[in-house]
Amino acid sequence: MPAYGKMGFMPVAVRVIPCLDVDAGRVVKGVNFTGLRDAGDPVELARRYDEEGADELTFLDITASSSGRETTYDIVRRTAEQVFIPLTVGGGVRSVADVDALLRAGADKVGVNTAAIARPELLSDIAERFGRQVLVLSVDARRVPEGSAATESGFEVTTHGGRRGTGIDAVDWARRGAELGAGEILLNSMDADGTRDGFDLPLIRLVRANVGVPVIASGGAGKAADFAPAVEAGADAVLAASVFHFRTLTVGEVKRDLAAHGVTVR
Amino acid sequence: MLDYGSGNVRSAVRALEKVGSELSGTRLEGDLQVELTADRDAAVAADGLVVPGVGAFAACMAGLNALDTQGILAERLAAGRPVLGICVGMQVLFEAGIEHGVETAGLGLLPGRVELLHAPVIPHIGWNTVSPPADSALFAGVGAGTRFYFVHSYAVHAQVGDRQSTAYAATLAEHGESFVAAAESPLLSATQFHPEKSGNAGQLLLGNWLRSLAPTEGVAPAAQLGPVKQGES
Repeated sequence: MPAYGKMGFMPVAVRVIPCLDVDAGRVVKGVNFTGLRDAGDPVELARRYDEEGADELTFLDITASSSGRETTYDIVRRTAEQVFIPLTVGGGVRSVADVDALLRAGADKVGVNTAAIARPELLSDIAERFGRQVLVLSVDARRVPEGSAATESGFEVTTHGGRRGTGIDAVDWARRGAELGAGEILLNSMDADGTRDGFDLPLIRLVRANVGVPVIASGGAGKAADFAPAVEAGADAVLAASVFHFRTLTVGEVKRDLAAHGVTVR
Repeated sequence: MLDYGSGNVRSAVRALEKVGSELSGTRLEGDLQVELTADRDAAVAADGLVVPGVGAFAACMAGLNALDTQGILAERLAAGRPVLGICVGMQVLFEAGIEHGVETAGLGLLPGRVELLHAPVIPHIGWNTVSPPADSALFAGVGAGTRFYFVHSYAVHAQVGDRQSTAYAATLAEHGESFVAAAESPLLSATQFHPEKSGNAGQLLLGNWLRSLAPTEGVAPAAQLGPVKQGES
């Protein structure tokens, strides 16, 4: 961690961010909160995570149809009116107009992924119009498989949920994305994703060393003890979906473990 | 709430409405209306005016100048009516902002310039602690160690002696270096962080400000509020 505190201040707290996959206005993946009226309602789940101490929320919109997108805006609107912590929405964002619509609905930040790989200038367009603080560049990274062209860092950017390699160096892309206007990097390790074996620490270290904006680590969380190493590797925030969805862990449990390892949390 | 095209203000309107609906013991009880307005007369006449702001300093100033915000604020202050600036809405109250080497004149109601923060990681995004003066009205009842949500790259750098400034009382925070997290003068209040995104702590602060719009005779605002426990927000 960088050295802070010469006036006795605590550093900015490491954020713990639950991610909700939303399809046409409903949370997908199994959710097993007790006492919820409607376990698939993103607004109700957002409120629950807020009560547990989430520092921020992320909605990943996996809706395919355009009519479903309208539903997403409605969900964002209802959440922003009831939950008073920051809300990031990503998934399918392709244009400045998409960002505008999400911000108007009440999103505080918008995640951009695939569209920026094809058109990097989308990042600068968004940052110029709305400021870099609204722009999160989501990078789905994996180790370059054997037989594919090597990248300098050994990691490449993928699309299609990690199934397709692009040959673009993932660490270099994160650095360029921040230069173009991304205010944060959401770093998804496609190798660690779903393994529950812990975050991809070498990937986090590499990106941290090359990028000056906050890094949100994602992919691989399986137990409370997985989070502190990600912070030690340089993550400013940690994001997880399934461990929170399936109630393997609560946000509070993650924060208690981080605090026990000397990490500043809210 | 001043509507000059500064992006998403829905959360701020909604947070004020929520806090307002829970106000008790003031003349505003049960009667607080939060309106987003670009109307000059409404902005001048309101009991309280919030100046929001996200994005670039220069872009916000362009929007504010188009509404003659300088004139609106001058009339309000002359009439003794409070103003609350949030994030870039705080920054524009100062003399100037310097972004990407370009200096833009601010509204000049508070002394100081808004400049890039020097820290290992920028923007400063997340929940941080603040250090308000002991007699702060805005932070009355806010416990030590309480965190507020920041998202910004620029700020007014804190100078030694800022706390003794006669122009405003400074609340400081630190990210790489010490900066002004909130400013209070009798009629002007401003926060670099987003109270509308800062959960319970932010709502406590907004409640303090709303109460200051309609003080109850003989009762200090702080006395009407329960304390916030350490670390709670």
